[in-house]
Amino acid sequence: MSATTTAPKQDGFSIGRLLLEGRAFFALIAIIAVFSFLSPNYFTVSNFLIMSSQVAIYGILSVGMLLVILNGGIDLSVGSILALCGVCAGAMMQGVTLEWAGVILYPPVWAVVVLTIAIGAAVGALNGVLVAFFKVPPFVATLGVMYVARGVALLMTNGLTYNNLRGQEALGNTGFNWLGFNRLWGIPISVIVLAVVAVLAGLMLSRSAFGRWLYASGGNERAAELSGVPVRLVKITVYTISGALSAVAGLVLASQLTSAGPTAGTTYELTAIAAVVIGGAALTGGRGGVRGTMLGAFVIGFLSAGLVIIGVSSYWQTVFTGAVIVLAVLMNSIQYGRGGRKS
Amino acid sequence: MTRQTEGNPDAQEVVLAARNVAKSYGSVHALKGVNFDIHRGQVTTLFGENGAGKSTLMKILSGVIQPTTGQIILDGQPVHFANANDARDRGISIIHQELSLAPNLSVRDNIFMGRELRGPMGVDFAEEERQVRRLMEELEEEIDPLTPVEELRLGQQQIVEIARALSVDSRILIMDEPTSALSASEVEVLFKVIRDLTARGVSIVYISHHLEEALTITDHAVVLRDGTMTAYAPRADIDLEWIVRNMVGENYDLGSPPDSARGQVALSIRNLSVPDQTGQDLVRNLSLDVKAGEIVCIYGLMGAGRTELLETCAGRLRASGGEIVLEGQEISHLPIGERIARGLALVPEDRQRDGLVQTMSVGQNLSLASIRNFTRGLFTSSRTERRLIDDSIRSVTVKTSGGGAPIGSLSGGNQQKVVIGKMLATNPKVIMLDEPSRGIDIGAKAEVFRLLAEGARRGLAVIYSTSEVSECLSIAHRIIVMHKGRISAEFDSTVSKEKIMAASGESVAA
Ligand SMILES: Nc1ncnc2c1ncn2[C@@H]1O[C@H](COP(=O)(O)OP(=O)(O)OP(=O)(O)O)[C@@H](O)[C@H]1O
Ligand SMILES: [Mg+2]
Repeated sequence: MSATTTAPKQDGFSIGRLLLEGRAFFALIAIIAVFSFLSPNYFTVSNFLIMSSQVAIYGILSVGMLLVILNGGIDLSVGSILALCGVCAGAMMQGVTLEWAGVILYPPVWAVVVLTIAIGAAVGALNGVLVAFFKVPPFVATLGVMYVARGVALLMTNGLTYNNLRGQEALGNTGFNWLGFNRLWGIPISVIVLAVVAVLAGLMLSRSAFGRWLYASGGNERAAELSGVPVRLVKITVYTISGALSAVAGLVLASQLTSAGPTAGTTYELTAIAAVVIGGAALTGGRGGVRGTMLGAFVIGFLSAGLVIIGVSSYWQTVFTGAVIVLAVLMNSIQYGRGGRKS
Repeated sequence: MTRQTEGNPDAQEVVLAARNVAKSYGSVHALKGVNFDIHRGQVTTLFGENGAGKSTLMKILSGVIQPTTGQIILDGQPVHFANANDARDRGISIIHQELSLAPNLSVRDNIFMGRELRGPMGVDFAEEERQVRRLMEELEEEIDPLTPVEELRLGQQQIVEIARALSVDSRILIMDEPTSALSASEVEVLFKVIRDLTARGVSIVYISHHLEEALTITDHAVVLRDGTMTAYAPRADIDLEWIVRNMVGENYDLGSPPDSARGQVALSIRNLSVPDQTGQDLVRNLSLDVKAGEIVCIYGLMGAGRTELLETCAGRLRASGGEIVLEGQEISHLPIGERIARGLALVPEDRQRDGLVQTMSVGQNLSLASIRNFTRGLFTSSRTERRLIDDSIRSVTVKTSGGGAPIGSLSGGNQQKVVIGKMLATNPKVIMLDEPSRGIDIGAKAEVFRLLAEGARRGLAVIYSTSEVSECLSIAHRIIVMHKGRISAEFDSTVSKEKIMAASGESVAA
């Protein structure tokens, strides 16, 4: 029987199903519509750009989180890695003292960026090694790394914040604020970074062998392994990517704030998880996609920005965000609970 | 429909019946108006190809799913089962085709899951344990009630599943392929239990693709084909040929081993030992050479070490000593993916646990082991992949609405075909199959045998592990018998069944 006999997985055309599957999209439309109605300032190009550049931070984190969740894991350390990397970048901007040589090095901004991302990737790889080789449950491994990274960030700065990230013309290390403030074709750089990250991740998931490996090992690790998928390599890679993306987010945030503090990004990991879940991914692994996760990030970002604009207290924002998350998970279980149930 | 109920000599009353039951999943019509009777104290066997709708009908009769249209009649009254618990409370229980045990829980807790016995202080574990021991005695199995289910091998898990259904004391017991992972002697015991039950007035519905085996126990035979009932007859009126003719419309001959030319040694296993967690050897100092073009069957009881041997060759288990040589190259240190790329593929025994990724589609499962073959540079080529998937679906005859269908929508036997098709698609030089005929119908088995024979003619080396003697005789050039981790005998294809069974340590039942 070939694919031509019946259209695959077509259950008639039901509105309910459409709403369920495109729920993050419809939620986003609804949010935009409601706030545009409530406030004239909401539906403006400048506001969308501002909101998007805020979403960028969560968005970048949630792409990394998506990869980890697709693998059946979780990464609680992204917020701390973000802070640690921000602080590292800040420290490098202040100059690196090499005592044995008696000099202070001022690396150019591109070098700061590369080194910072490398640090993030290394911490992520540590997560990966703990999970893949030492069989520490992801929740515990990344919880530990979350504390350690945060602690190291605090130690490095003594709890203080680097406020001067502008660099000096004379030292040749200016331009750090480019990431956070500049625009390309009128679009904030951070949003462009997010778009590039999302497109690359999307391509990787849908078109590369690695993407297939990731979905397979998240769905059934034993079966994937016996089919020749290098499951450990996949694990380490996703945590490494998540760490690297946390570093990217840390750079963007530090640049937007022109300061780098050790307490930045606290609880961001939870927001990133929420975005992934709202985007329809299953926490058990194997299901989800970049498009959904991006919608999830924008739902959260646009919702909280809207609440700010119409003057709702930040306490209520927390309540609303929580409600949206629960609702999303509820719908996930409806969607996945029905279909391919075994037995 | 050729119903011949009128002439039925059997006068036992009907306890449970389906009337015009239909079930659709979207555009897939799994059942198209079926009538089915279960008689008191009798065994009714349901025959049919993979995907004929057997499991669907049984799930409807046991309340697991609801029919799209049609009625269920219990003791002459129309009933509606809200769910499986509802049906169980009215005396109907089911052994599912796919195991439905919680792997982390003990045997005892699985058997009493959802209906724990109450004692003065919470659950009465002692009484539960006593009952489990009694059940295991009845089934003549040595399984400790406190072992976690995940530590049992597949056949033992199936025994637990059976014990759970028996523990309910139901009037109607539905068994959907209960014996697919059991050895011949375990099946004997089960049949004894079934005879005891029917003598007490319990009605049994039995589904199996082991046709001869089913014929020895059944009182009635019903054949389903493409969601409709095509034939019904009492035991006295039927034979094997009747079943096969009604099931698939033609007769199948599983044939004899292909006359392929033997080439060089393709896979050489030398002094291989494999320990279990406690350090005891499951495979002991075993050596075996398989030539290109040769089909070798490994026969043995459950626990003989066959699965461990094959999984070690595939790279999932570590050997404690010995060598595995593929086409002259030692491969013991290579990861699984590399072994597959070099042409060594394993079709694992447990399709749910080791074979399928349930979150992926039929097509993605089929192509999973050969991603390298359709990757160009960084990206996969969807056109090449689609071709590979379509070819696989056709060559192992998977009954599906297309490569995009979720794997869970396939019938059990068709899922098994996907696992076989996936590994054949890697173009192996040596293929190892661990009990591959679990749950596939006779037509599909013939098709798999044909594929293997054809492969052998082209130089494929085949290692086929089975606990069915008849399979050995119809495909193998050489039959290896394993017993307690060693090769206990070696035969060519002219050997008798009895000799093979004797060498395996199995008591040959009369
Ligand atoms: N959840 C589902 N969604 C879509 N189709 C389904 C679903 N469950 C079963 N089917 C389809 O219904 C048909 C009958 O399946 P069923 O499991 O009853 O077959 P079966 O006779 O038990 O086969 P087997 O011998 O392989 O176990 C198959 O074509 C199958 O693809
Ligand atoms: Mg079935």
